[in-house]
Amino acid sequence: MDETIKTYKGKPAGQRRLTDGSPVVKWILIVICLIFLSTFLLLPLINVFAQAFSKGIGLYFKSLALPESISAIKMTLIVAAIAVPLNVLFGIAAAWAIAKFRFPGKAILLTFIDLPFSISPVVAGLMYVLLYGLQGDLGQWLDEHDIQIIFNLPGMVLVTIFVTFPFVARELIPIMQSVGVEQEHASLTLGASGWQTFWYVTLPSVKWGLLYGIILCNARAMGEFGAVSVVSGHITGRTDTMPLMVEKYYNDFNTVGAFSLSSLLALLALITLFIKTWLEWRQYRIEKKAQKVIMQ
Amino acid sequence: MFKRKNPLPGFGLSLGFTMMYLTVIVLLPLCVLVFKTFEMSWEEFWRWTINERAIAAYKLTFGASFCAALLNSVFGILTAWVLVRYDFPGKRLIDALVDFPFALPTAVAGLTLAELFSANGWIGRMLEPMGIQAVYSQLGVIIALTFVGMPFVIRTLQPVIGSLDLEIEEAAAILGASRTRTFFSVILPMLLPTIITGFALAFARAIGEYGSIVFISGNIPYKTEIAPVLIVMRLEEYNYVGATAIALVLLVVSFSLLALINWLQSWSERFLE
Repeated sequence: MDETIKTYKGKPAGQRRLTDGSPVVKWILIVICLIFLSTFLLLPLINVFAQAFSKGIGLYFKSLALPESISAIKMTLIVAAIAVPLNVLFGIAAAWAIAKFRFPGKAILLTFIDLPFSISPVVAGLMYVLLYGLQGDLGQWLDEHDIQIIFNLPGMVLVTIFVTFPFVARELIPIMQSVGVEQEHASLTLGASGWQTFWYVTLPSVKWGLLYGIILCNARAMGEFGAVSVVSGHITGRTDTMPLMVEKYYNDFNTVGAFSLSSLLALLALITLFIKTWLEWRQYRIEKKAQKVIMQ
Repeated sequence: MFKRKNPLPGFGLSLGFTMMYLTVIVLLPLCVLVFKTFEMSWEEFWRWTINERAIAAYKLTFGASFCAALLNSVFGILTAWVLVRYDFPGKRLIDALVDFPFALPTAVAGLTLAELFSANGWIGRMLEPMGIQAVYSQLGVIIALTFVGMPFVIRTLQPVIGSLDLEIEEAAAILGASRTRTFFSVILPMLLPTIITGFALAFARAIGEYGSIVFISGNIPYKTEIAPVLIVMRLEEYNYVGATAIALVLLVVSFSLLALINWLQSWSERFLE
């Protein structure tokens, strides 16, 4: 299309086009955009690290080494280490069923998978309190058998699974759909078993999408606040994750404590963003290459 | 296409696991919340959903979410336009950074925004002489919600602006329209369905937000208390009935918005074709 415009106007590329507009307007718009983004994105990010190191690097590490901080970091890692693999398993199973087979009710199933994204984290936490808490029948029964879910690790893992539920499935379903089933059929025809086909054909074809889903799922799992806050019971040293400990430090006016833990979470966000951007850039390059091949 | 048996294995296993997992994690807790509401009498339900404190909380939740989504729409159009149409140094970095609010835990967002806009924070210091109190106020709620909802409008608009047909704009220019006029009477109407979709996404996200607000709003009843915070307050009073009633109101609003967004998305896709 670009080609036709150029010949139509008989001008080489690089010259001004009718749609370019005035350069003054362009730079005014760029500057407004940059001011908005620096106020709302860049400054908050820089501020996290500035506040964390505001009383010196010594106090920063001292705050991170506090027993409360250490146990919060441990808790966050444990919760994510259980919740993320389970959601990966679910994501792969759901994508396999939805992308490779035809069955009635698929659209409804897809809607249900997306549901947790539209539910407030606090409401999600409340649902689990109602289901497993001591005021309910199931909670009473569990209590008689010495199983405690609410105000304990299992509850925190469950709500984390809930809020990060759609990430992997959502990422995998469209990719598996676009890959199609021909390769799997070929593999099966050549005598591979179902599992072999899955491991050596299906999984490699979606591995980058899977990685994308996992890092997003993990970032949310480690950073979840509202839902975990409702079910954790806030027992310091036992059921406080990093975001919950941040709130506690903040309420105790321990600025460096709050910001030092926050700096780790912000770092996690930056790494997530970096991997995400890299994966998208990779995808973009592959598509560009494919386009070139088609053009030739 | 003729009918034949799909030779791929694992349909029963994968669908069975999917359904079981979905039921245990999502459907069962959801049903418990709905059943719990049915156990209430009407009088009880109204007492907890329609009272002065709850109404003040709804007003703030919806009002602030609306303001934040509006702010995000205006700056989202601008940012998406700048990122798609113009080249400038650092553009790719900025483009990557737009997703930052998605990646940053909301508690960290709330903490750093509360610090930044407080009287001795970098931005609050400039606002204070003007008499603007940005933390522990309703403005603080809007600020936090603007942060968490920022990527939606930008990310929904970017591909659409990228796919706009330049020839239409050229036609407008040849016919003598100024760039401003072209933008407002040719481009903007074409983008409108997408902008509304982005607005709805940002609004829906803002309705349920909790983490960032807790830090910046001060949670003052009747003044800066949002609906999710009120649910937590009721829970802390062990008032499960009160918490459930308000949660149901939020849930109904969220699901209505979800349906609306699905409809909007299919509408804007049809519109663009």
